[in-house]
Amino acid sequence: MHTKTLAELSRALHKREFSSAELTRAYLARIERHNGALNCYITVTAEQALEQARAADAALAAGRAGPLTGIPIAQKDIFCTDGVKTSCGSRMLDNFIAPYNATVIERFNQAGMVMLGKTNMDEFAMGSSNETSFYGPVKNPWDMNAVPGGSSGGSAAAVAARLAPAATGTDTGGSIRQPAALCNLTGLKPTYGRVSRYGMIAFASSLDQGGPMARTAEDCALLLQAMAGFDARDSTSVERAVPDYAATLDAPLAGLRIGLPKEYFGEGLDGQVAQAVDAAVKAYQKLGAVLKEISLPNTHLAVPVYYVIAPAECSSNLSRFDGVRFGYRCADPKDIEDLYKRSRSEGFGAEVKRRIMIGTYALSAGYYDAYYLKAQQVRRLITDDFKRAFADVDVIMGPASPTVAFNLGEKVDDPVTMYLSDIYTIAVNLAGLPGMSIPAGFVGKRPVGLQVIGNYFDEARLLNVAHQYQKVTDWHTRAPAGFE
Amino acid sequence: MSLQASEVEKIAHLARLAIDPADIPVYTRNLSNIIDLVAQLQAVDTGGVKPMAHPLEMAARLRPDVVTETNQRDKFLSLAPQAAAGLYLVPKVIE
Repeated sequence: MHTKTLAELSRALHKREFSSAELTRAYLARIERHNGALNCYITVTAEQALEQARAADAALAAGRAGPLTGIPIAQKDIFCTDGVKTSCGSRMLDNFIAPYNATVIERFNQAGMVMLGKTNMDEFAMGSSNETSFYGPVKNPWDMNAVPGGSSGGSAAAVAARLAPAATGTDTGGSIRQPAALCNLTGLKPTYGRVSRYGMIAFASSLDQGGPMARTAEDCALLLQAMAGFDARDSTSVERAVPDYAATLDAPLAGLRIGLPKEYFGEGLDGQVAQAVDAAVKAYQKLGAVLKEISLPNTHLAVPVYYVIAPAECSSNLSRFDGVRFGYRCADPKDIEDLYKRSRSEGFGAEVKRRIMIGTYALSAGYYDAYYLKAQQVRRLITDDFKRAFADVDVIMGPASPTVAFNLGEKVDDPVTMYLSDIYTIAVNLAGLPGMSIPAGFVGKRPVGLQVIGNYFDEARLLNVAHQYQKVTDWHTRAPAGFE
Repeated sequence: MSLQASEVEKIAHLARLAIDPADIPVYTRNLSNIIDLVAQLQAVDTGGVKPMAHPLEMAARLRPDVVTETNQRDKFLSLAPQAAAGLYLVPKVIE
């Protein structure tokens, strides 16, 4: 059962080839067997999963089932789940049982999906390797010496190792696309505002966006259909109709205009990754697409802008963790300041503290104009680059990550080097655009991801473009050795 | 290095973080490296460029001013490290 894609599972469940309970038990057994080595789940919700599966089977028997009914899913531990521990990968929330469901969780529940558990992640989604988690690093199923990417590293490893048919991720600077690339998955970061952020623990509120991670574009289309849409409880949710994503998957690509930014193929890009991306682009040419070299001249400024704006927003968002209302509290505080300081210092890990401090510095008196305001101005320049490019092209393609997965421990002591692993993904968040990573080959054992960037609210086209490639290639069908 | 140890101590206080004195040199080095990374922004000509605070340039939505939440005081207080009599408990603030 675990060899099937989500769409195949959906068809099999509707044909009653097996029940959701059988399917759920099969996945729980795989988790039991492999999670110890991979560390991709923080919490496994076996009992609730079997309960949801039984309800799904009843809906299937009664003919009340939708396409996602009865299908298991892993949820990134950043989404609040009522009555279930929601840690965000942090000691700060190790004791936090969420009192309500995130909108994304609510929507999947309504669709009849079965939650297998909550996945490991970089602490508060700050990281590109899943090594900042309080619960320890996650291993990449393709190579146990490699990181799975981050911050949605647990979700990526779980789907890659067939410990879930699909998972959710969140993407603030690449946290869906980079781990999808490093683990040979299809991952989609929607347009900012497309998917509700209600109940999704905030890191950088003008950048965060949830999205699906699965094996195929077809699977992502089904998942996004359930996730997307207006939510009055998220003040930045967009009131705009959600198209039928599955309906346009088979549209032909003849005449599709693909922009190739010269800045994405220069210095810093690994030669073998470049070769794989070039080969993917050539496959698109064969499908009738037209290539055009474009320029996004402010690309080199995306990482510096991000490391002002994201920490500034993070320092503000994370000020709520005070040891008073919920979360970690230090032992024997001698006064209120000691309570705040020690609860926060003991509850947060090193990377989170670094980012809070950078943000505090950038927003402090005397530095605000030089850092925060300046970064917001350059953010507009970066966004204008994309707007100009999309006047001439339909999608933009390039690598999702400059290298394949790096080794565990390789970059952990050097924050700036770690930050540069998101060099091709960060600008997309700054502009608020949708982006995908799709499997496009391997360097040795380690996967390469092709990034496809779309115009605002053009997720249907991204999914179509990815699906057509997956019809003529088989990278996305490969499973890591030992997890087939 | 673009930051001094004393500045790092001040930032930590503003952020209500207690950094172990032994860790201050490491924080100073790492934070300086990050500040150096973002320093390239200073060279960009941004004259006349409107700051972009948000990707979608949207205006805040308004809704009728009515109560939409139910009272869940006990549920929320059950998450607190220390609570009693419907209140959050903290160390004595006023002598």
